[in-house]
Amino acid sequence: MFEVRIHSRGGQGGVTAARLLAMATLHDGKYATACPFYSAERRGEPIVSFVRIDDTPIKVYSQIRQPDMVVVLDTSVMDVVDVLHGLKKGGRIFINSAGKREFAGFECRNVDLTGIALREKLVVSGSPILNTAVLGALAKMGIVTADSAKKAIREMFSDERNVNAADAAYKEMSV
Amino acid sequence: MKKIATGNKAVAEAVKQAVPTVVAAYPITPQTEIVEQIAEFVTSGQMSARYIAVESEHSAMAACIGASITGVRTFTATSSHGLLYMHEMTNWAAGARLPIVMANVNRSLGPGWNIWAEHTDALQERDTGWLQVYVSTVQEAYDATLMAFRIAEHNDVLLPVMVNLDGFLLSHIMQPVDTVELGDFIPAIHLPYAIDPKHPAGYGTLTGPDQQFKFRWDIERSMRDSVKVIEETEKDFAKRFGRKYDFTEDYRCEDADVIIIALGTLGKEAEVAVDLLRNEGIKAGSMRIRWLRPFPKLNLKGKEVVVIDRDYSFGFGGIVANEIKAKTGIRLYSVIAGIGGQEVTYDDIAGFVRTRRMGEEFWFGVNAHV
Amino acid sequence: MLKCTSACAGCSDSLALRYVLKAAGPDTVMVVPACCTSVIQGIYPNTAFNVPVYNIAFGAAASCASGMSNAFRAAGKKTNVIVYAGDGGTLDIGIQAMSGAFERGTDFLYICYDNEAYGNTGMQRSGGTPMGARTTTTPTGKTDAKKDIDMIIAAHDPPYMATACAAYPQDIFRKVQKALTFRGPTFLHILAPCPPGWRYPTEKSVEMGKLAVKTGMWVLYEREYGKVTIGPQSKAAMKNLLPLEEYLSPQGRFKGIDTKVVEILKQQIAKNFQRLAAEEEAGA
Repeated sequence: MFEVRIHSRGGQGGVTAARLLAMATLHDGKYATACPFYSAERRGEPIVSFVRIDDTPIKVYSQIRQPDMVVVLDTSVMDVVDVLHGLKKGGRIFINSAGKREFAGFECRNVDLTGIALREKLVVSGSPILNTAVLGALAKMGIVTADSAKKAIREMFSDERNVNAADAAYKEMSV
Repeated sequence: MKKIATGNKAVAEAVKQAVPTVVAAYPITPQTEIVEQIAEFVTSGQMSARYIAVESEHSAMAACIGASITGVRTFTATSSHGLLYMHEMTNWAAGARLPIVMANVNRSLGPGWNIWAEHTDALQERDTGWLQVYVSTVQEAYDATLMAFRIAEHNDVLLPVMVNLDGFLLSHIMQPVDTVELGDFIPAIHLPYAIDPKHPAGYGTLTGPDQQFKFRWDIERSMRDSVKVIEETEKDFAKRFGRKYDFTEDYRCEDADVIIIALGTLGKEAEVAVDLLRNEGIKAGSMRIRWLRPFPKLNLKGKEVVVIDRDYSFGFGGIVANEIKAKTGIRLYSVIAGIGGQEVTYDDIAGFVRTRRMGEEFWFGVNAHV
Repeated sequence: MLKCTSACAGCSDSLALRYVLKAAGPDTVMVVPACCTSVIQGIYPNTAFNVPVYNIAFGAAASCASGMSNAFRAAGKKTNVIVYAGDGGTLDIGIQAMSGAFERGTDFLYICYDNEAYGNTGMQRSGGTPMGARTTTTPTGKTDAKKDIDMIIAAHDPPYMATACAAYPQDIFRKVQKALTFRGPTFLHILAPCPPGWRYPTEKSVEMGKLAVKTGMWVLYEREYGKVTIGPQSKAAMKNLLPLEEYLSPQGRFKGIDTKVVEILKQQIAKNFQRLAAEEEAGA
């Protein structure tokens, strides 16, 4: 079982990112569960979503304590949340950032998703939409296949700019 | 068709396919997505139902009662305090013999305000005459909701059915769900005593001590008859759609020495604990109770039983444990865990089994054998 | 109110509340049913409030306050009992309790802060949602009119009631202080623009509140022993009404609103002004 924890802020689409990842995984022929963890509905609040991926149905509902991977969509949450908490040794990190970041003991990749979203004019209520772009990054990192990622995005969004953003993220990441 | 959906959305999808005429509901976390999705289905024309945005849960059930007695299919959903606020009317719905289907998203009771999973809300309704089923996956939430309409409306039942799903743990989690082509799986509703001005009657009128008990016995008789209806419905569902359901979901119980019993998602995560324990040489099994009303026959002879209650009856004990004890006479280990959404992992569940003390009660987190 | 509440960015409820508490002073108990303010207090074991806050079930605020007020007065205590409830807990599920408390002449102040939807649970429609507004349960716009709770309260003949708006905090301060000088049930209805619910940028809450008044969608007035006094901001609006579109277009909840509905809203605005002006005239 592969466990992913996604950090974002309310209104940025972190929950949708989890959903898209689960949908893409389904297209890859695997099983996935995804869930957000939040209290009351508040814009701007740090949010965590979880995705579990496995080849067989997942029976675990308790929180992910030791993720295999951490995704950070909004680096500002890192001021208030320990995003690396519990990350398995040798675990993988993806950060939405223009500059490269390093965390000792972990493999870290980055793409400027915000920049891509702004370029593609994927902005809603002042917030750049990152949840479709990040699928491209995750595909490049081998979490899902690029084809399934695009399939999932197209199922959810009719605006093809979302697929473009994912494509751009895929291309911009160096592995 | 396979897709990803939350427990709430899966329930709404099933309701859409069941084609109710009236949905009357009031929002409460964590049920809100059910009513929002239904409202969206209605306004977009995917559902022809009348959606009544009532002003309270008491009114929601009252509105369902009013609609149901005209002979049409009705649905509502609630949770926790909403269910409590409805309590007078849930009693009424069962007493009035109305096949209303309700999804209840199990959530704890305040004060303090706690929006996370707990079963006390629905368990406090166990005396009302409602049938109750507890689901543990998004697929099951969808399937059980479809079956609920058929079971409720069956001529041998004509009682309301409550489908319970854990707040946030199941209502908000996304899992794959396979939707079905219903066909004629749910027959058209026919309420023999539906209101008809051509055949006027008084409904629920003043009833004396020499008559009332007969109506109450009638509810119980239908509750007992519902066992066969549930069996037959689940059998037909399996035949048509390939997924089997029963009163309990048993995992590795046949040769088990110790059986873990729990409702909802805990009952599903217990299976992971079972595998863990088996690897240690402990012959564990898990028996997830699905139908709490009518209370099922449980095959527990010769087993040690660990019951996890995500609920409590103050001054008495864990509700599920005591129901099992009362019906089977068995001496069990009663664990109180998961109250107010308290985190309970498969490791914790395995721990309950390893340190079990038969005949005793254990409050997880309080760490005392009572 | 202390720093660090759990409110959304741009929340005008917490803005209004700050002035309510300033005006009420320390000898005050707040009774709060399920609403946004339940969340704003923060999570156990902390609270953002420096007065006792009694949290109670959604529909029970006014009846709870009724009991509390009676108990305080019986003990000779003058403690302010203030219900602070959202529109859901006032216009819908809480209306029975409120009507009863008013009918019995309960000595308390009932404040309804109105963000025109069920905010705490994610913006479903309430009786306070205006016609044409999109909410999660009215995705194509509410077809029913906003319930006029002020008229309903007026029918209970309270010694004092008023409308207010979070965009005019000093007005709130004055009205709360005034209300608390009366014995008996008093009512304050505060419009509380809500960024996530009404869908506008978080820094524009005060602007939205002012536009509501300037377009006549919200009228600031007081009713003291039945005598109506329209506030200066609304008097100015009556003389020089801003087109309703200026209020509707910046809000995502009114996106795509039918022109027929806009007409109905405008007619309602005119009717309201007419009625209130006539009442003011009659009482003069």
